[in-house]
Amino acid sequence: MLRRTLAIALKELLQLRRDPRTAFTLLAMPVLLLFIYGYALSFDVQHIRLAVVDEDGSRAARDVTDAFLRSGYFDLVGYGHDARALDPMFASGAAQAAVVVPPRYGDDLAARRHTQLQFVLDGSDSQTATTILAYARQIVASLSPVARTGGGEGAVVGLPLVWYNPDLASARFLVPGLLAFIMMVTAVIATALAIVREKERGTMESLRATPLVAIELLAGKTLPYLLVSFVAASTSLALANLLFQVPVRGSLLWLALVMLLFLAVSLGWGIFISTLAETQQVAFQLGLLSSMLPTLLLSGFIFPISSMPPALQVITHIVPARYFLVALREIVLKGAGPEVWWNQALGLVAYGTVVLGLATVRTVRSL
Amino acid sequence: MSASAPVVVASELSRAFGAFVAVDRVSFAVPPGEIFGFLGSNGAGKTTTIRMLCGLLAPTGGSATVLGLDVGRQAAEIKRRIGYMSQRFSLYSDLTVEENLRFWGGAYGLFGGEIAARIEWAIATAGIEAQRRTLVRELPGGFRQRLALVAALLHRPPIVFLDEPTGGVDPEARRRFWDLIDELAAGGTTAFVTTHYMDEAERCHRVALMHAGRLLALDSVPALKRIFPAGSVVEVACRRPAAAMAAIERMAGVEEVALFGERLRVVLARPSAAGGLGELVREVGGEGAELTAVDPSLEDVFIHVIARAEGRAA
Repeated sequence: MLRRTLAIALKELLQLRRDPRTAFTLLAMPVLLLFIYGYALSFDVQHIRLAVVDEDGSRAARDVTDAFLRSGYFDLVGYGHDARALDPMFASGAAQAAVVVPPRYGDDLAARRHTQLQFVLDGSDSQTATTILAYARQIVASLSPVARTGGGEGAVVGLPLVWYNPDLASARFLVPGLLAFIMMVTAVIATALAIVREKERGTMESLRATPLVAIELLAGKTLPYLLVSFVAASTSLALANLLFQVPVRGSLLWLALVMLLFLAVSLGWGIFISTLAETQQVAFQLGLLSSMLPTLLLSGFIFPISSMPPALQVITHIVPARYFLVALREIVLKGAGPEVWWNQALGLVAYGTVVLGLATVRTVRSL
Repeated sequence: MSASAPVVVASELSRAFGAFVAVDRVSFAVPPGEIFGFLGSNGAGKTTTIRMLCGLLAPTGGSATVLGLDVGRQAAEIKRRIGYMSQRFSLYSDLTVEENLRFWGGAYGLFGGEIAARIEWAIATAGIEAQRRTLVRELPGGFRQRLALVAALLHRPPIVFLDEPTGGVDPEARRRFWDLIDELAAGGTTAFVTTHYMDEAERCHRVALMHAGRLLALDSVPALKRIFPAGSVVEVACRRPAAAMAAIERMAGVEEVALFGERLRVVLARPSAAGGLGELVREVGGEGAELTAVDPSLEDVFIHVIARAEGRAA
């Protein structure tokens, strides 16, 4: 049994070595994707184009501009004294945000009279606008004398303390999801193609005539890809650590275990697809569609599951990356042990059992 | 099982796909060491029969045994003990000759010194020593076919099933392939071969003629040819073969007439009709026409048997 499985696995590795395109796709693609997406996919808003309209001209008014620029998020693209100049700037997109300092702002502030700053914002990209508004609120709060004196008259100022991801860099949140996404897509497609290729070339018929049974065939076919995908995933994670400062706080052993569990599910899914497709082209499309979209949209990779409508939340339970992502973030970002994510691992085990079982049954039937 | 007991026995073996009957109550027995030919056109049911015998397809009627094992119930045991070369290309073109042999040996559970020895045997038997490290995709068709055959024999099966093994290779490569089969049969390996080439069928010890799922005749090639009484097949050489052919076709007692180059080949229902044929040919075909009695070909037999079966059915 073991020997026949090994014969297949060895043959598969040999073929992989002869097929640089597939080997590249499996090994280098994850790294490449991580690189591209890692830099492109970011919710951090920086270099916000800011215009300042100073209708006051006091020293306090200049402090406002300074405070915005010192925060590091804003670039000054215009400075003037007339608010009418803002219209063309917003229309052309030259400015994303503007602060209008009203006349007598400096006097009012000095006399401790109530005063207001006007903040103008391009709301056409709501997500970016929300982020900018939050930055602006923080900056303006720091300008208020109440805040500056550290709460003299009983005012309470919140001092935020963010754990695990202190500067709220979105890379730390996104990269684990990206990893799940890449692993799922490559593992599913590689396995599905490897099996369907035998059908397409006609060698499957000869394999059927050998004493090889379905389990041996499937094990021999998937083990090499499990190995290769695991290496690719580990490389990607190491790279994420270097490039995006994604920490790996938890135990590497637990990390490897959870990754292997997730890969087993992905490979099972790939085998299942191979029983549905007769040609490599169909297998590729089925594999891509069934692994990419759900992982992208429904795993919590980008959109948090907790903010989805209840019906959609239920559906996310059939997306394997969902379980993996929670466990992965717990291990990587928080250094959590199995007592925290055991239920996610269990979810993967259950999922894998069902998928691999189903795939095996279908393969036996088709053999 | 004694040494001379049949290796393959089929009795009333049938396979239907829905309403379509691909193999219809076929019975035969193959003794050890025989080269057994299964001759028929495409769709005659040859591949379906061979797939049932190899345990790849369950029969829907009748039964068959291979090496004493039932094809329906003991398929796994059969697969361990037979060799099979499928109609479709059964080698990995992106692996070398040696790598292919190592893989197929491994798939049959061979290992260690055993597999190394069998690979050497296979390479020597197929005559591809110089190509052992060549990728299969770079091998000529004839080499690939011989390689596929020896790959199916690595685990020393007493019987090998070959499904249209020489499709698409040149006559010289086909001849070498069949020399190899003769050699193996002489060594005691039974070969069960399907083909639609008449010249290949001529090289079989016995030939089964299959048509539309039914087995129409089964015998040695000389015995099959004795269906025709001596003198039934006549070759005609004359000046105007086309005109002669048209006239002969209308003549009573002529079963078939065909043009081969400049000569006409005429199959007569009775040898006694040859006299009338001579007169007709001299009259229509021009002066100096010659008639020669020739041996019937396997194709003559095949056509005759099918016509007779269909006549009976109609």
